[in-house]
Amino acid sequence: MSEIIKIRKGLDIKLKGKADKIFIKAPRSKTYAVKPIDFHSLTPKIVAKPCDEVKVGSVLFYDKYRPEIKYTSPVSGIVQTIVRGERRRIVEVVIEDDGKDTAESFLQGDPGKLTREQIAENLLESGLWPVIQQRPYGIVAAPNDVPKAIFISGFDTAPLAPDYDFIMKDTEEDFQTGIDALAKLTDGEIHLSLDASYPAAKTYTNAKNVVRHLFKGPHPTGNVGIQIHKISPINKDEIYWTVKPQDVVAIGKLFKTGKYDPNVIVALSGSEVKKPVYYKLIRGAQITPVIEDNLLKENVRLISGNVLTGRQISNEGYIGFSDSQLTVIPEGDHYEFIGWVLPGLKKFSVSKTYLSWLTPNREYRLDTNLSGGERPFVMTGEYEKVVPMDIFPVQLLKSIIVDDIDKMEQLGIYEVIEEDLALCEFICASKTPVQTVLRQGLNTLRKELE
Amino acid sequence: MSALRRYIDKIKPNVEEGGKFHLFKSTFEAFETFLFVPNTVTKSGTHIRDAMDMKRTMFLVVIAMIPALLFGIWNTGYHHFLALGIDASFWEMIWYGFIRVFPIIVVSYVVGLGTEFVFAQIRGHEVAEGFLVSGMLIPLVMPVDVPLWMVALATVFAVIIGKEVFGGVGMNILNPALTARAFLFFAYPSQMSGDAVWIGGLRRGMETVDGFSGATILGQAAQNNSEFVNGIGEAYSSWNMFLGNIPGSIGETSTLAILLGAFILIATGVGSWKIIFSVFAGGAVMGLLLNTFAVNEFMEVPFWEHLLLGGFAFGAVFMATDPVSATQSERGKWIYGFLIGFLAILIRVLNPAYPEGVMLAILLMNVFAPLIDHYVVENNIRKRLKRAKVQA
Repeated sequence: MSEIIKIRKGLDIKLKGKADKIFIKAPRSKTYAVKPIDFHSLTPKIVAKPCDEVKVGSVLFYDKYRPEIKYTSPVSGIVQTIVRGERRRIVEVVIEDDGKDTAESFLQGDPGKLTREQIAENLLESGLWPVIQQRPYGIVAAPNDVPKAIFISGFDTAPLAPDYDFIMKDTEEDFQTGIDALAKLTDGEIHLSLDASYPAAKTYTNAKNVVRHLFKGPHPTGNVGIQIHKISPINKDEIYWTVKPQDVVAIGKLFKTGKYDPNVIVALSGSEVKKPVYYKLIRGAQITPVIEDNLLKENVRLISGNVLTGRQISNEGYIGFSDSQLTVIPEGDHYEFIGWVLPGLKKFSVSKTYLSWLTPNREYRLDTNLSGGERPFVMTGEYEKVVPMDIFPVQLLKSIIVDDIDKMEQLGIYEVIEEDLALCEFICASKTPVQTVLRQGLNTLRKELE
Repeated sequence: MSALRRYIDKIKPNVEEGGKFHLFKSTFEAFETFLFVPNTVTKSGTHIRDAMDMKRTMFLVVIAMIPALLFGIWNTGYHHFLALGIDASFWEMIWYGFIRVFPIIVVSYVVGLGTEFVFAQIRGHEVAEGFLVSGMLIPLVMPVDVPLWMVALATVFAVIIGKEVFGGVGMNILNPALTARAFLFFAYPSQMSGDAVWIGGLRRGMETVDGFSGATILGQAAQNNSEFVNGIGEAYSSWNMFLGNIPGSIGETSTLAILLGAFILIATGVGSWKIIFSVFAGGAVMGLLLNTFAVNEFMEVPFWEHLLLGGFAFGAVFMATDPVSATQSERGKWIYGFLIGFLAILIRVLNPAYPEGVMLAILLMNVFAPLIDHYVVENNIRKRLKRAKVQA
């Protein structure tokens, strides 16, 4: 195995409510949803109308500009509603579950014996293709591209992140099949990054056909973007693909059974959860059965994903397509009398401006308060401490704010997506909406190049 | 506190859109957020945020200046009574210093914040916290006998020309507090330099002991004196220069108190240790060079004494570290700091017109900071281009 790549910059935010390593099979939800907003820059074209009957793997909608990319139903039942948001943008397609799991059939077979076209076709038809994300931009990969390499991060370092070694237990065979399928899609290698801090799951260590890398360091070390940067940084006009471990397993199951298997394991975590554990769910499940009678208080924020990059959902909301984590933290909609003067023993700050640095091992119960007002950039040298890349984050963001496309390219916008700079947003004393700004820049750039 | 909160919530509608006092929204918000951290929650991006905000940052810089301020108050009293030839007690010195220094602080804050409020109101944005720091910095770099109207004028100049014309906090090119000082230095040289302005009461023609001189050590050095003495002719040791019971601007004399502040800034991560360290390094290098090629008494002043004299330490710790006007790249900070120290001593010793080179060196490097950053960033860009070519 290769040598350990050590990363020093970054930040582990210690939050209360890490999920215990217990599996619970959650009661089935009444409804399930596929959300176009889970995919950047996707304009959906609806196929399934309300009251239509669908099976597992039936097409719900496809990408208007790339019609070969289809999005399919995770359960069988009838389409209940198509929820629209601002400017009639489609937010979610909701399916009422009939509990029968009748499924569409897809191609079954050993990926080693199938052609690249057959594999791509099978993924596109079954609705599993969107698990393949493309760098730059962090969008669903284009089926006609041949990526330079495919990267899989075998672990997650985000706050309260699920333990992938636990999730990936007993998935060895399917994971390998998934890898074999992906291997056909690239001319390059498949890179699998593992956490060097503890022995990896057998699924990872026994996997063939991959190049393994060991990483050690604080968040965002587990982010695939950081790993790509350390292993083979993205240059202009280069395309890399990334896939998450659970999705590799889903791909493997597709080729083994010929069915779209929507089962995923999701860690329920956060300080406001009574029993934080791992749940076996179906993609897009309504979270109500999981959180019912399981929350410590009413006024909470439910996040599909982690606290840095996840999406806020309601009590009746649905878990995101590729999320392996559900986080519940208190809302912070309260005033605090002269809070900026107080010693702040319970406040978390990467700086030592509050006395909480005296208790470094404490686990925090952080809420969603903005802790201040938005200001122009003032402090310097903050972002650099949490971005383990050879990139100037402040300068990059400024180039986006002034819409200077040349500078964005020169400063390496290709190498990052939101999750890679999320910690900047967390620590920013000026409360700059870093992730929103970065996405604006990525969108501008894509528009310019197309 | 909930009673206060209820009261604020009650009067708040008056300043909202359509309210009677909508005109004063920024001012109201400034006071409200001063009292209460607002209940705003995150809407996009990360759901949790670091507890540090601009208020906390600025508040800590002010805290870091307290040792220098307290020492300055005592020092003002000490020199006043030294000039009078009176044996005063510690508390008498503090009291005198207080009644001289406090009005300067009040004028600086009231005038500066007033100007800020007007601008925030006109532009319709929140009042930024930057002036919390500038408002304390300005008094600390003034000679104690400065007329209050000058402090007011300089403060208005600093806020408007030094900051707001560029777009407000975060956009300025020069350090606002130093802009205030430079403005007075060039507009009213007789009240900002010379031998008479550093001792409280001296310029007002108070009776002093015979032969008393209020000359600063740098003033004496510029005359090529080899021995530095205090007002009544006793020799100064380097220890005096370190502790700070020497004449000078209110907050600049005590290197010890300033280093305490530096410790607070560095420990909390608010100030850049890279800048502070490299300013001292740059000053030491220039001092050594001058020592080596000394042709007069001023050039022979040992290099380490230069670091204790005048506004050197104060500039290094509180002025050069202003993140807005300094370089933003980490590598740039080394260069920026080093050149400040280097130029400060160069100007101090070789330019007889300005025995205080620190102010000019920092302002000069403020102007050059974007250029330094440009080269550091270009370097990163070149590396990325090279990588792409090698791969292709």
